[in-house]
Amino acid sequence: MTDLERIAAQRILVLDGAMGTMIQKLGLTEADFHPKGMEDHKVLLKGNNELLSLSRPEAIRTIHEQYLAAGADIVETNTFSATSIAQAEHDCSHLAREMNLASVRLAKEACAKYTAMDPSKPRFVAGAIGPMNKTASLSPDVNDPGFRAVTFDQLVAAYKEQVEALLDGGVDILLVETIFDTLNAKAAFYAIDEVFEERGKRVPLMCSVTITDASGRTLSGQTIEAFLISMQHVPLFSMGLNCALGAAQMRPYLEVIAEQSPCRVSIYPNAGLPDQMGEYRETPEVTARLVGEFMANGWVNVVGGCCGTTPDHIAALAAEAAKHAPRPLPVLA
Amino acid sequence: MIPTYSGLEPLRIFPGSNFVNIGERTNVTGSAAFRKLIKNGQYDEAVSVARQQVENGAQVIDVNLDEGMIDGVEAMRKFLNLIAAEPDIARVPVMVDSSKFSVIEAGLKCLQGKGIANSISLKEGEAEFLRQARIIRRLGAATVVMCFDEQGQADTFERRIAIAKRSYDLLTQKAGFAPHDIIIDANILTVATGMAEHDRYAIDFIEAVRWIKQHLPGALTSGGVSNVSFSFRGNEPVREAIHTAFLYHAIKAGLDMGIVNAGQIGVYDDIPKELLEHVEDVLLARRPDATERMVAFAEQFKGAPSAEAMAAQAAWREGSVEERLKHALVHGVTEFIEPTPKRPACSTWTPCW
Repeated sequence: MTDLERIAAQRILVLDGAMGTMIQKLGLTEADFHPKGMEDHKVLLKGNNELLSLSRPEAIRTIHEQYLAAGADIVETNTFSATSIAQAEHDCSHLAREMNLASVRLAKEACAKYTAMDPSKPRFVAGAIGPMNKTASLSPDVNDPGFRAVTFDQLVAAYKEQVEALLDGGVDILLVETIFDTLNAKAAFYAIDEVFEERGKRVPLMCSVTITDASGRTLSGQTIEAFLISMQHVPLFSMGLNCALGAAQMRPYLEVIAEQSPCRVSIYPNAGLPDQMGEYRETPEVTARLVGEFMANGWVNVVGGCCGTTPDHIAALAAEAAKHAPRPLPVLA
Repeated sequence: MIPTYSGLEPLRIFPGSNFVNIGERTNVTGSAAFRKLIKNGQYDEAVSVARQQVENGAQVIDVNLDEGMIDGVEAMRKFLNLIAAEPDIARVPVMVDSSKFSVIEAGLKCLQGKGIANSISLKEGEAEFLRQARIIRRLGAATVVMCFDEQGQADTFERRIAIAKRSYDLLTQKAGFAPHDIIIDANILTVATGMAEHDRYAIDFIEAVRWIKQHLPGALTSGGVSNVSFSFRGNEPVREAIHTAFLYHAIKAGLDMGIVNAGQIGVYDDIPKELLEHVEDVLLARRPDATERMVAFAEQFKGAPSAEAMAAQAAWREGSVEERLKHALVHGVTEFIEPTPKRPACSTWTPCW
């Protein structure tokens, strides 16, 4: 049993909140996104947040520290789009490995500092693996439904490069998140399994799916139950939901996961639904109360925040998490 | 753990669940019409065949595009990507069927749901069997295992169960397979061929299914049903009676699923008594001259409508409302819903609406 599993048996773990929201607050300019030697890069780079791990490492480390100070047990690396495929639109595919290594280093440094301050509360680094901007189940061309912008094998190759870098950097966990196309997620776990087999070493795996709207389905059309079945072959530390919805809207889907998942359950919602200006305005108190109900029901093991959440949200969630017991692992028949 | 598969929606097989129908019309070896569509590259029409399958109640669709003239990997990828774009088809799980493992692998890489590989076997030895099984496992699919080994296809009860057990043990002990992700196909072979050594093909399959369900915990059983009646091709009423009676006995022995043409399955109790006796003599190997008698008896049905159609034409429309409703429900007849009175007037039957 890993340290993480031992702690998870005792209490609800707290994940960090949004990276993008915190970066936005910094009011960075185009120049901030250009690492040394890339001043003349031909494509605009503002918004390519993973580059900040190279160009403004102290900004990213500070965000991690703010979440750790708020009580997060686990921080996610700044690597959501650090794959050769997702970076292609910024002409930065060649930097994917470097971005992953730098991002892990920053998260590890922040965690080491906080673990040293209180060794009774060890902090963990989760390597964040996003969904990519090309999808294997959906055609981007309405006139050609059989067309795919990317193949499964291409996804596996890109994920493999990311997974190898995250493990080389020394992450404690791999987190495949914001899954809107199950086939992309299958490719990610396929790559992970290959790397684990090649290295003869595994780390705990977290899986987090995104239900897009009240249809109760992923963007690629699966119901939450069908999704859980598609992931049965992956030995998971946790299964859960993040992004697109606030805690209130996630409730029915979380209930299904809590009822059917053989592993631990996680939830890290957005701070409500965005308003007309695209701003997330749900207060930390409201988020903590809503997620607190899920904790009181015994549905969850890991809680945190996605778009629009801040260290204040995480502090409120951490205070709530301390009051409740984690969902017991189901005994398999 | 109960066996589960998924397309856009889940399919669960609970203890006591009904037999699972796997549609065979999107299989070039099961349908000449579909073969022609694939050969001619008429993919839009081929997609409608898949849609009809699901509309007609197939809970899984078997896709087999093994046609010598075309690139199997490319065809499988193209067809699966096209049906993935149709929510009314993609809601059911897909069984990726090919004699070439490269085609199966390419097909599974197009499925977001948990599909089924059809099939792998010990034909090329343990190392290759395990290599293929591990890939299927990594792609998150269940698999059909054919009772085939280095010596060839199992055609006796003893060979069927020996290979089934060896395959099951390897998959669960060396390839990380959960028992409920193993579906054993014990080979439905053609009976009534005139060769005495084929006489026990049906009964040995049925007994092998019974043995597998008792001795290989969690494993499921399946088979390609149409094969059993192949020697009566062109004689639809007889083929239908054979399929119906065969499934009746195989399901009782524990057959979980089968690749079937749902239109070719009737109701066991509707098979005319004399025909049923001849059919069961063959299927259950009850007498040495069963084939001879069956072939002679079958002559009269050639060109006739199927037994199901004959039963349908019988006087059921003349019966009372209760009788008509019962018939329509048992046979799944929907075409007379409108003329059937919504409220059975002057009836002894207590309405529940």
